[in-house]
Amino acid sequence: MRDITITITDREGVSHTIEAPTDMNMNLMEVVRSYELAPEGTIGICGGMAMCASCQCYVESDHELPEKGDEEEAMLSEAFFVKENSRLGCQIPITPDLEGLKITLAPEE
Amino acid sequence: MIKTDILIIGAGPTGLFAVFEAGLLKLKCHLIDALPQPGGQLAELYPKKPIYDIPGFPEVLAGDLVDNLMKQIEPFQPGFTLGERAETIEKQEDGTFIVTSTSGLKHHAPVVAIAGGLGSFEPRKPLIPNIQQFEDKGVAYFIRNPEVYRNKKVVIAGGGDSALDWSIFLSEIASEVTLVHRRNEFRGALDSVEKVQELKKLGKITLITPAEVVGLSGVNQLETVVLQKADASEQALEADAFIPLFGLSPKLGPIADWGLEIEKNAIKVDNTLDYQTNIPGIYAIGDVNTYPGKLKLILCGFHEATMMCQSAYQRIHPDKRYVMKYTTVGGVHGFDGSIKEAPKAVVKSID
Repeated sequence: MRDITITITDREGVSHTIEAPTDMNMNLMEVVRSYELAPEGTIGICGGMAMCASCQCYVESDHELPEKGDEEEAMLSEAFFVKENSRLGCQIPITPDLEGLKITLAPEE
Repeated sequence: MIKTDILIIGAGPTGLFAVFEAGLLKLKCHLIDALPQPGGQLAELYPKKPIYDIPGFPEVLAGDLVDNLMKQIEPFQPGFTLGERAETIEKQEDGTFIVTSTSGLKHHAPVVAIAGGLGSFEPRKPLIPNIQQFEDKGVAYFIRNPEVYRNKKVVIAGGGDSALDWSIFLSEIASEVTLVHRRNEFRGALDSVEKVQELKKLGKITLITPAEVVGLSGVNQLETVVLQKADASEQALEADAFIPLFGLSPKLGPIADWGLEIEKNAIKVDNTLDYQTNIPGIYAIGDVNTYPGKLKLILCGFHEATMMCQSAYQRIHPDKRYVMKYTTVGGVHGFDGSIKEAPKAVVKSID
């Protein structure tokens, strides 16, 4: 399994192009945390259970992503700063299909 | 004034297990927690989720783990101040501490162990520019006394269990109940969803979905709530009360101002010894602390709680000699007089 390249714009507007492994059962929220692109305690607060919206991001490339599950839909329906392209990073597993993905982190609530 | 040996801030799994380890050392504990029930995140966020990495439990529901911990510490009769946040701490001349909680209740102890997890759970407030202006003037984030809403026009926002349950409850008391949610789907117990459906048909609840509350107005008191619908059109509703119920999110809160060294939204501790903070006598254990290599795992919290208790014992009894005793040897002697111990082996000769 190879790494993929993802471009992430952090909450300060700085763009980071990073490599993410596809064989570590990681999700997008965990990738952001592993590169410390948002301070600890401000992202992935619930640990990845779609129970908070601290890993909300806006998907800016037209990759086909896994559909939102009920829990993610429900959380996004109560989150703030939600846009059409909002997703919870913790619900997006890193797979080879996501090569070149571009996202921006949503503001902290 | 509550007096105890170890004052524990946070009644999550780490705080609860600390009561057990302290009890083995004959130290009494009292816990403060902002939530109305013990268990922390496990009870509040995911009681029905299975946990797979508690040693000895191949699978345990978070809620069951809390119940088991409560049972395990019962002999040590911990005290609880629930539904209150620890606000201030004052160091006394003799080196002990007084911690004051929300209601002004004072707690006095020689040792304070912060087991605050991610912080205290506080309501998520919607991003309506002037909402603060109407707090306690019609806007409330929890319902303390439902009678306040008798014969009032109430607007509730949210799509989870609390929004559904309170809409049902207040439909009997308030003159009008309007439930506003951004989607047509609600995330709640099936019974609650069906009940709201039924009350809607009976005209006891007005359901407005998909819509969002975007504005509030009134002279001294809330008078009007402005909704924005999916087609961007706006609608003004007369209202005496607006209750947004968007769940809770954890905030480190006043603990951040206690003079403790904070790094990455967590409290720095000495992990080479006893998880003490930069203030001697104040410890931080579980998810609330940080040190090189920190892992936010329940099992690590249990270890940290155990080490903290040994250090607390030495602090409280500097001259007493003590060696750690296994429960298989010493059993568990509760403060309630209960004794649990291994049955004596039968020694009998065989003819």
